[in-house]
Amino acid sequence: MITLGHMLTLSAVLFALSVAGIFINRRNVLLLLMCIELLLLSANFNFVAFSRYLGLVDGEVFVFFILTVAAAESAIGLAILVVLFRERRSINVEDLNTLRG
Amino acid sequence: MLVAVLFYTFATILVVAGVGVIISRNPVHAALSLVLCFLTSAVLWLLIEAEFLALVLVLVYVGAVMVLFLFVVMMLDINVEELKRGFTRYAWLGWLVTAIVVAEIVGVIVQRRLGLDVTRGAVPLPADYSNATELGTALFTRYAYAVELAAVLLLVAIIAAISLTLRRRRGLKLQDISAQVAVRASDRVRLVKMKAEPRS
Repeated sequence: MITLGHMLTLSAVLFALSVAGIFINRRNVLLLLMCIELLLLSANFNFVAFSRYLGLVDGEVFVFFILTVAAAESAIGLAILVVLFRERRSINVEDLNTLRG
Repeated sequence: MLVAVLFYTFATILVVAGVGVIISRNPVHAALSLVLCFLTSAVLWLLIEAEFLALVLVLVYVGAVMVLFLFVVMMLDINVEELKRGFTRYAWLGWLVTAIVVAEIVGVIVQRRLGLDVTRGAVPLPADYSNATELGTALFTRYAYAVELAAVLLLVAIIAAISLTLRRRRGLKLQDISAQVAVRASDRVRLVKMKAEPRS
Protein backbone atom coordinates (compact mmCIF):
# COMPACT_ATOMS: atom_id res chain seq x y z
CA MET A 1 0.00 0.00 0.00
CA ILE A 2 1.34 3.41 -0.93
CA THR A 3 0.88 5.91 1.88
CA LEU A 4 1.08 9.67 1.83
CA GLY A 5 4.41 9.43 3.63
CA HIS A 6 5.88 7.37 0.78
CA MET A 7 4.94 9.93 -1.83
CA LEU A 8 6.13 12.89 0.23
CA THR A 9 9.46 11.22 0.94
CA LEU A 10 9.99 10.42 -2.72
CA SER A 11 9.14 14.01 -3.61
CA ALA A 12 11.60 15.27 -0.97
CA VAL A 13 14.38 13.11 -2.41
CA LEU A 14 13.63 14.38 -5.91
CA PHE A 15 13.56 17.99 -4.73
CA ALA A 16 16.88 17.62 -2.91
CA LEU A 17 18.46 15.96 -5.94
CA SER A 18 17.46 18.84 -8.17
CA VAL A 19 18.79 21.40 -5.68
CA ALA A 20 22.07 19.46 -5.62
CA GLY A 21 22.02 19.52 -9.41
CA ILE A 22 21.78 23.30 -9.37
CA PHE A 23 24.87 23.41 -7.13
CA ILE A 24 26.82 20.90 -9.20
CA ASN A 25 25.97 22.13 -12.70
CA ARG A 26 26.23 25.82 -11.99
CA ARG A 27 28.19 26.50 -15.17
CA ASN A 28 25.85 25.00 -17.72
CA VAL A 29 22.62 26.94 -18.33
CA LEU A 30 21.04 24.01 -20.14
CA LEU A 31 21.51 21.64 -17.21
CA LEU A 32 20.25 24.33 -14.83
CA LEU A 33 17.01 24.49 -16.84
CA MET A 34 16.71 20.71 -16.65
CA CYS A 35 17.21 20.81 -12.88
CA ILE A 36 14.43 23.39 -12.60
CA GLU A 37 12.15 21.04 -14.54
CA LEU A 38 12.99 18.28 -12.07
CA LEU A 39 12.26 20.64 -9.17
CA LEU A 40 8.83 21.50 -10.57
CA LEU A 41 8.16 17.79 -11.04
CA SER A 42 8.81 17.15 -7.35
CA ALA A 43 6.44 19.99 -6.44
CA ASN A 44 3.84 18.36 -8.69
CA PHE A 45 4.36 15.09 -6.84
CA ASN A 46 3.36 16.77 -3.59
CA PHE A 47 0.27 18.31 -5.17
CA VAL A 48 -0.86 15.02 -6.70
CA ALA A 49 -0.24 13.09 -3.48
CA PHE A 50 -2.10 15.54 -1.25
CA SER A 51 -4.96 15.83 -3.73
CA ARG A 52 -5.37 12.05 -3.80
CA TYR A 53 -5.02 11.41 -0.08
CA LEU A 54 -7.22 14.30 1.03
CA GLY A 55 -9.79 13.52 -1.65
CA LEU A 56 -9.77 17.03 -3.16
CA VAL A 57 -9.42 17.50 -6.90
CA ASP A 58 -8.08 21.06 -6.57
CA GLY A 59 -4.51 19.85 -6.12
CA GLU A 60 -4.60 18.20 -9.52
CA VAL A 61 -5.92 21.42 -11.06
CA PHE A 62 -2.88 23.18 -9.64
CA VAL A 63 -0.61 20.55 -11.19
CA PHE A 64 -2.25 21.46 -14.48
CA PHE A 65 -1.32 25.11 -14.08
CA ILE A 66 2.20 24.27 -12.93
CA LEU A 67 2.63 22.20 -16.09
CA THR A 68 1.48 25.20 -18.15
CA VAL A 69 3.86 27.60 -16.44
CA ALA A 70 6.73 25.11 -16.67
CA ALA A 71 6.18 24.63 -20.40
CA ALA A 72 6.12 28.41 -20.96
CA GLU A 73 9.21 28.85 -18.80
CA SER A 74 11.22 26.22 -20.61
CA ALA A 75 10.20 27.57 -24.02
CA ILE A 76 11.30 31.11 -23.14
CA GLY A 77 14.39 29.84 -21.29
CA LEU A 78 15.52 27.83 -24.29
CA ALA A 79 14.85 30.78 -26.61
CA ILE A 80 17.03 32.98 -24.40
CA LEU A 81 19.65 30.23 -24.40
CA VAL A 82 19.68 30.10 -28.21
CA VAL A 83 20.07 33.89 -28.45
CA LEU A 84 22.82 33.77 -25.81
CA PHE A 85 24.68 31.09 -27.71
CA ARG A 86 24.45 33.11 -30.93
CA GLU A 87 25.94 36.15 -29.20
CA ARG A 88 28.63 34.50 -27.09
CA ARG A 89 29.26 31.07 -28.69
CA SER A 90 29.05 29.66 -25.16
CA ILE A 91 26.43 28.76 -22.55
CA ASN A 92 28.73 29.04 -19.58
CA VAL A 93 27.21 31.06 -16.76
CA GLU A 94 30.59 32.60 -15.97
CA ASP A 95 30.72 34.21 -19.42
CA LEU A 96 27.63 36.25 -18.53
CA ASN A 97 29.53 39.14 -16.99
CA THR A 98 28.31 42.09 -19.05
CA LEU A 99 26.36 43.50 -16.11
CA ARG A 100 29.40 43.08 -13.81
CA GLY A 101 27.30 41.05 -11.42
CA MET B 1 1.70 -6.11 -2.12
CA LEU B 2 1.99 -5.86 -5.89
CA VAL B 3 1.36 -2.11 -5.69
CA ALA B 4 4.13 -1.74 -3.10
CA VAL B 5 6.59 -3.69 -5.27
CA LEU B 6 5.69 -1.55 -8.28
CA PHE B 7 6.02 1.62 -6.20
CA TYR B 8 9.48 0.74 -4.88
CA THR B 9 10.68 -0.42 -8.31
CA PHE B 10 9.62 2.76 -10.08
CA ALA B 11 10.69 5.00 -7.21
CA THR B 12 14.17 3.49 -7.44
CA ILE B 13 14.25 4.03 -11.20
CA LEU B 14 13.07 7.61 -10.66
CA VAL B 15 15.80 8.42 -8.13
CA VAL B 16 18.52 6.77 -10.23
CA ALA B 17 17.36 8.71 -13.30
CA GLY B 18 17.33 11.91 -11.22
CA VAL B 19 20.93 11.27 -10.18
CA GLY B 20 21.68 10.64 -13.86
CA VAL B 21 20.25 14.05 -14.78
CA ILE B 22 22.43 15.91 -12.33
CA ILE B 23 25.74 14.09 -12.72
CA SER B 24 25.92 13.29 -16.43
CA ARG B 25 28.43 15.45 -18.26
CA ASN B 26 26.83 15.10 -21.65
CA PRO B 27 23.64 17.22 -22.01
CA VAL B 28 22.05 14.61 -24.30
CA HIS B 29 22.40 11.94 -21.61
CA ALA B 30 20.98 14.36 -19.03
CA ALA B 31 17.97 15.08 -21.26
CA LEU B 32 17.33 11.37 -21.84
CA SER B 33 17.56 10.70 -18.08
CA LEU B 34 15.04 13.48 -17.56
CA VAL B 35 12.71 11.75 -20.04
CA LEU B 36 13.05 8.57 -17.97
CA CYS B 37 12.23 10.60 -14.84
CA PHE B 38 9.03 11.91 -16.40
CA LEU B 39 7.98 8.46 -17.62
CA THR B 40 8.48 6.82 -14.21
CA SER B 41 6.69 9.74 -12.54
CA ALA B 42 3.76 9.14 -14.87
CA VAL B 43 3.71 5.48 -13.82
CA LEU B 44 3.76 6.47 -10.14
CA TRP B 45 0.88 8.90 -10.70
CA LEU B 46 -1.03 6.08 -12.38
CA LEU B 47 -0.40 3.95 -9.29
CA ILE B 48 -2.06 6.53 -7.02
CA GLU B 49 -4.91 6.89 -9.54
CA ALA B 50 -4.20 10.30 -11.04
CA GLU B 51 -4.62 8.91 -14.54
CA PHE B 52 -5.34 12.06 -16.49
CA LEU B 53 -2.33 13.94 -15.15
CA ALA B 54 -0.09 10.95 -15.82
CA LEU B 55 -1.13 10.99 -19.48
CA VAL B 56 -0.73 14.77 -19.65
CA LEU B 57 2.75 14.44 -18.17
CA VAL B 58 3.77 11.97 -20.86
CA LEU B 59 2.19 13.98 -23.68
CA VAL B 60 3.32 17.46 -22.64
CA TYR B 61 6.68 16.76 -21.05
CA VAL B 62 8.04 13.78 -22.90
CA GLY B 63 6.31 14.68 -26.14
CA ALA B 64 6.91 18.42 -26.28
CA VAL B 65 9.20 19.95 -23.67
CA MET B 66 11.91 17.30 -23.73
CA VAL B 67 11.87 17.19 -27.53
CA LEU B 68 12.43 20.95 -27.41
CA PHE B 69 15.34 20.43 -25.01
CA LEU B 70 16.87 17.78 -27.25
CA PHE B 71 16.49 20.02 -30.30
CA VAL B 72 18.30 22.84 -28.54
CA VAL B 73 21.03 20.53 -27.25
CA MET B 74 21.69 19.22 -30.72
CA MET B 75 21.40 22.63 -32.39
CA LEU B 76 23.99 24.26 -30.16
CA ASP B 77 27.60 23.29 -30.60
CA ILE B 78 28.42 23.14 -26.90
CA ASN B 79 31.98 22.79 -25.75
CA VAL B 80 31.46 20.15 -23.05
CA GLU B 81 35.12 20.13 -22.04
CA GLU B 82 34.95 23.79 -21.10
CA LEU B 83 31.87 23.26 -18.96
CA LYS B 84 33.33 20.25 -17.21
CA ARG B 85 36.20 22.27 -15.79
CA GLY B 86 35.71 22.89 -12.07
CA PHE B 87 32.88 20.37 -12.04
CA THR B 88 33.55 19.00 -8.57
CA ARG B 89 34.45 22.21 -6.80
CA TYR B 90 30.97 22.74 -5.38
CA ALA B 91 29.81 19.12 -5.55
CA TRP B 92 30.38 18.49 -1.84
CA LEU B 93 28.22 21.51 -1.01
CA GLY B 94 25.49 20.15 -3.28
CA TRP B 95 25.51 16.72 -1.65
CA LEU B 96 25.57 18.31 1.81
CA VAL B 97 22.53 20.44 1.01
CA THR B 98 20.80 17.36 -0.43
CA ALA B 99 21.37 15.35 2.73
CA ILE B 100 20.18 18.19 4.96
CA VAL B 101 17.04 18.85 2.90
CA VAL B 102 16.08 15.16 2.78
CA ALA B 103 16.72 14.72 6.50
CA GLU B 104 14.65 17.77 7.37
CA ILE B 105 11.68 16.95 5.17
CA VAL B 106 11.60 13.27 6.18
CA GLY B 107 11.97 14.35 9.79
CA VAL B 108 8.95 16.61 9.48
CA ILE B 109 6.92 13.88 7.79
CA VAL B 110 7.84 11.14 10.25
CA GLN B 111 8.00 13.13 13.47
CA ARG B 112 5.32 15.78 13.17
CA ARG B 113 3.08 13.92 10.68
CA LEU B 114 1.83 17.22 9.24
CA GLY B 115 -1.21 17.14 11.49
CA LEU B 116 -2.72 14.26 9.55
CA ASP B 117 -2.31 10.52 9.27
CA VAL B 118 0.51 9.99 6.77
CA THR B 119 0.61 6.23 7.26
CA ARG B 120 -2.78 5.34 5.88
CA GLY B 121 -3.47 4.52 2.27
CA ALA B 122 -5.81 6.52 0.07
CA VAL B 123 -9.52 5.84 0.26
CA PRO B 124 -10.33 3.48 -2.64
CA LEU B 125 -12.26 5.17 -5.40
CA PRO B 126 -15.57 3.77 -6.69
CA ALA B 127 -15.42 1.76 -9.89
CA ASP B 128 -17.26 4.38 -11.95
CA TYR B 129 -14.99 7.23 -10.84
CA SER B 130 -13.53 9.18 -13.73
CA ASN B 131 -10.48 11.27 -12.96
CA ALA B 132 -10.76 13.19 -16.25
CA THR B 133 -14.41 14.08 -15.57
CA GLU B 134 -13.66 15.33 -12.07
CA LEU B 135 -10.68 17.36 -13.25
CA GLY B 136 -12.57 18.79 -16.21
CA THR B 137 -15.52 19.76 -14.04
CA ALA B 138 -13.25 21.61 -11.63
CA LEU B 139 -11.24 23.24 -14.43
CA PHE B 140 -14.20 24.60 -16.36
CA THR B 141 -16.36 25.70 -13.43
CA ARG B 142 -14.41 26.91 -10.41
CA TYR B 143 -11.14 27.51 -12.25
CA ALA B 144 -12.47 28.87 -15.55
CA TYR B 145 -10.74 32.25 -15.22
CA ALA B 146 -7.48 30.56 -14.28
CA VAL B 147 -7.73 28.39 -17.38
CA GLU B 148 -8.17 31.49 -19.54
CA LEU B 149 -5.18 33.11 -17.84
CA ALA B 150 -3.13 29.99 -18.54
CA ALA B 151 -4.13 30.20 -22.20
CA VAL B 152 -3.00 33.84 -22.35
CA LEU B 153 0.23 32.87 -20.63
CA LEU B 154 0.93 30.23 -23.26
CA LEU B 155 0.20 32.75 -26.02
CA VAL B 156 2.64 35.22 -24.45
CA ALA B 157 5.22 32.46 -24.19
CA ILE B 158 4.82 31.59 -27.87
CA ILE B 159 5.18 35.22 -28.94
CA ALA B 160 8.15 35.78 -26.64
CA ALA B 161 9.97 32.66 -27.82
CA ILE B 162 9.44 33.46 -31.48
CA SER B 163 10.37 37.13 -31.18
CA LEU B 164 13.49 36.27 -29.17
CA THR B 165 14.84 33.80 -31.70
CA LEU B 166 13.74 35.67 -34.83
CA ARG B 167 16.67 37.35 -36.50
CA ARG B 168 17.41 39.17 -39.72
CA ARG B 169 20.62 38.11 -41.37
CA ARG B 170 22.64 40.65 -43.25
CA GLY B 171 22.71 40.28 -46.99
CA LEU B 172 19.65 38.08 -47.05
CA LYS B 173 17.64 38.49 -50.25
CA LEU B 174 13.96 38.85 -49.42
CA GLN B 175 10.80 39.49 -51.41
CA ASP B 176 9.04 42.78 -50.71
CA ILE B 177 5.57 41.70 -51.73
CA SER B 178 3.79 45.03 -51.37
CA ALA B 179 6.39 46.69 -53.58
CA GLN B 180 6.00 43.90 -56.12
CA VAL B 181 2.23 44.27 -56.20
CA ALA B 182 2.32 48.07 -56.35
CA VAL B 183 4.70 48.20 -59.27
CA ARG B 184 3.49 49.79 -62.53
CA ALA B 185 4.52 49.16 -66.07
CA SER B 186 6.06 52.62 -66.28
CA ASP B 187 8.54 51.67 -63.50
CA ARG B 188 9.89 48.78 -65.45
CA VAL B 189 9.79 49.60 -69.16
CA ARG B 190 10.70 52.95 -70.67
CA LEU B 191 9.70 53.46 -74.29
CA VAL B 192 12.05 55.80 -76.10
CA LYS B 193 11.21 57.41 -79.40
CA MET B 194 14.21 57.86 -81.65
CA LYS B 195 14.91 58.25 -85.27
CA ALA B 196 15.98 55.27 -87.27
CA GLU B 197 19.70 55.26 -87.76
CA PRO B 198 20.86 55.61 -91.35
CA ARG B 199 22.05 52.48 -93.03
CA SER B 200 25.81 52.67 -93.31
